[in-house]
Amino acid sequence: MDGGPAISPIILLFAAIFTSNMVLANFLGMCSFISVSSEYKTASGLGKAVSLVMIVTTVINWLVYRFIVVPLGLDYLRYIIFIVVIAATVQIIEMAMDRYLPDLYMKLGIFLPLITVNCSILGISLFMIIRDYSLVQSLFFGLGSGLGWWLAISALAAIREKIAKNKLPLGLEGPAITFIITGIIALAFIGFSGIFIIQ
Amino acid sequence: MSIVLTVFSVSLISTILATLVVLADKVLNNYGECEIDINDGDKTFMVTGGSNLLSTLASSRIYIPSACGGKATCGLCKVRLGSEVGAVLPTEEPYLTKEEIDANVRLSCQVKVKSSLKLYIPEELFNVREYKAKIVRITRMTRDIKEFQFALVNPASVAFKAGQYIQVVTKPYANIKESVMRAYSISSLPTNNQELEIIVRLVPGGVCTTFMHEYLQEGDELSLRGPFGEFYLHEGGDTLVFIAGGSGLAPIKSMVFDILRQKLDKKLIFFFGAVTKQDLYYVDLFTKLDAEHDNFQYVPALSQPDISDEWEGEIGLITEVVGRYITDTADMQAYLCGSPGMIDACIRVLEKAGLSQADIYYDEF
Repeated sequence: MDGGPAISPIILLFAAIFTSNMVLANFLGMCSFISVSSEYKTASGLGKAVSLVMIVTTVINWLVYRFIVVPLGLDYLRYIIFIVVIAATVQIIEMAMDRYLPDLYMKLGIFLPLITVNCSILGISLFMIIRDYSLVQSLFFGLGSGLGWWLAISALAAIREKIAKNKLPLGLEGPAITFIITGIIALAFIGFSGIFIIQ
Repeated sequence: MSIVLTVFSVSLISTILATLVVLADKVLNNYGECEIDINDGDKTFMVTGGSNLLSTLASSRIYIPSACGGKATCGLCKVRLGSEVGAVLPTEEPYLTKEEIDANVRLSCQVKVKSSLKLYIPEELFNVREYKAKIVRITRMTRDIKEFQFALVNPASVAFKAGQYIQVVTKPYANIKESVMRAYSISSLPTNNQELEIIVRLVPGGVCTTFMHEYLQEGDELSLRGPFGEFYLHEGGDTLVFIAGGSGLAPIKSMVFDILRQKLDKKLIFFFGAVTKQDLYYVDLFTKLDAEHDNFQYVPALSQPDISDEWEGEIGLITEVVGRYITDTADMQAYLCGSPGMIDACIRVLEKAGLSQADIYYDEF
């Protein structure tokens, strides 16, 4: 039960960042990716918060799945269970951070509630189950996916900040140009494919 | 059987998680008793930490002005802190200038009380109370403006300066589920301290104005908070110019009546701008006042009078009319209340006539 597919966790880490990036290859977590990417500072804050929550929730969800869901034969309920676990985890992380790491909370705190409904977080938990990852593999997969999401939103926000000062053709402003940029970044990330294959 | 197992398991997992969250809230969100020190010891008291400063102060009967009720969307609840509470949050940034950030001014709805705090607020805020008031009369003034008269129930009287405003706390209605607070200038006299009168123009889609115009009935009870604001008569000025548009007449009415009542040795001139004759209100009241007092002049002006109006008064935008009347600005003060556009335009006209910015007071909405 602890074997998982024969992929080194390190490879999984890099693959999750580059070749199968959550946003750019799997198109998960698009809503906040589009809406919170107009400013680099904010986008980067959200990226960090997403990374943190991804790591914590993958580990917790892995444990919940292996030791509660599977033994009770509740596999068909995993969507609901994962979502409530994520919601509760985010709540507790938010309170703990506010208490013990106030400086970090000032920077990331307001993004945490937003993350509860970020579909890439749920996506990670489902992928690790479908692909049968071990705990260590899941940990690295979560970490890599978080970093990949952070990288993607930071890149997008940096470009949008540059573009904000330029005049765009009518009808291309706002979300329209954001989607075009996302597409181009995704094309660029295709350049990484073939280096690692994880799915 | 499997249905029972499913329901049971989901309930169990949810219960465990809910318990964990509640426990975490009890343990992690418990900041114990904190001391709040206002204006270097003018007022000190103990509060339970863990909530935001705005609601913590409100529970101790200190009401900081706020229109959005703590969602960081109005930017009114600013207070200056004397203790360090960490960096400015991204939610506050849009509402704070660089000078304010340097002076440690924060939005009180975004600051969480985690330890003892020192803060500085204008002393007037100590007088702010929450009043229970009963609507005694609703009068339609024009097609979209109504006058509301409140009788104070508890506390039974209020002390305010002519020109200040109060906040109306709405009740949930129709599909509006939350109560909101909106500010309205008081149009009645401070001497009549057991009643308050406000003038509300119906804003299409406005949460509070729709509530006031369409859901409120005579006899209903409401909560009011106040008084707030620094738009009142200031020292100096032999000639006072008042300019208002729409429901901006409210604070001016209170100020004009208050000045005339005190028989202050000042010359007053009141310009009221409207589009057509049916947008004018209180015409008889001010015309009578004009006739009775040598030192008060009432100048209503219409920008586009209908032919049927048979209007013989001033015609033109209020700025043009003011420009025609105001030539000498020596010892003059101006009090403006209306939309931001009208105020900006009037300030330009007054400055062109030679009035300095320091002598222009305004209240925009």
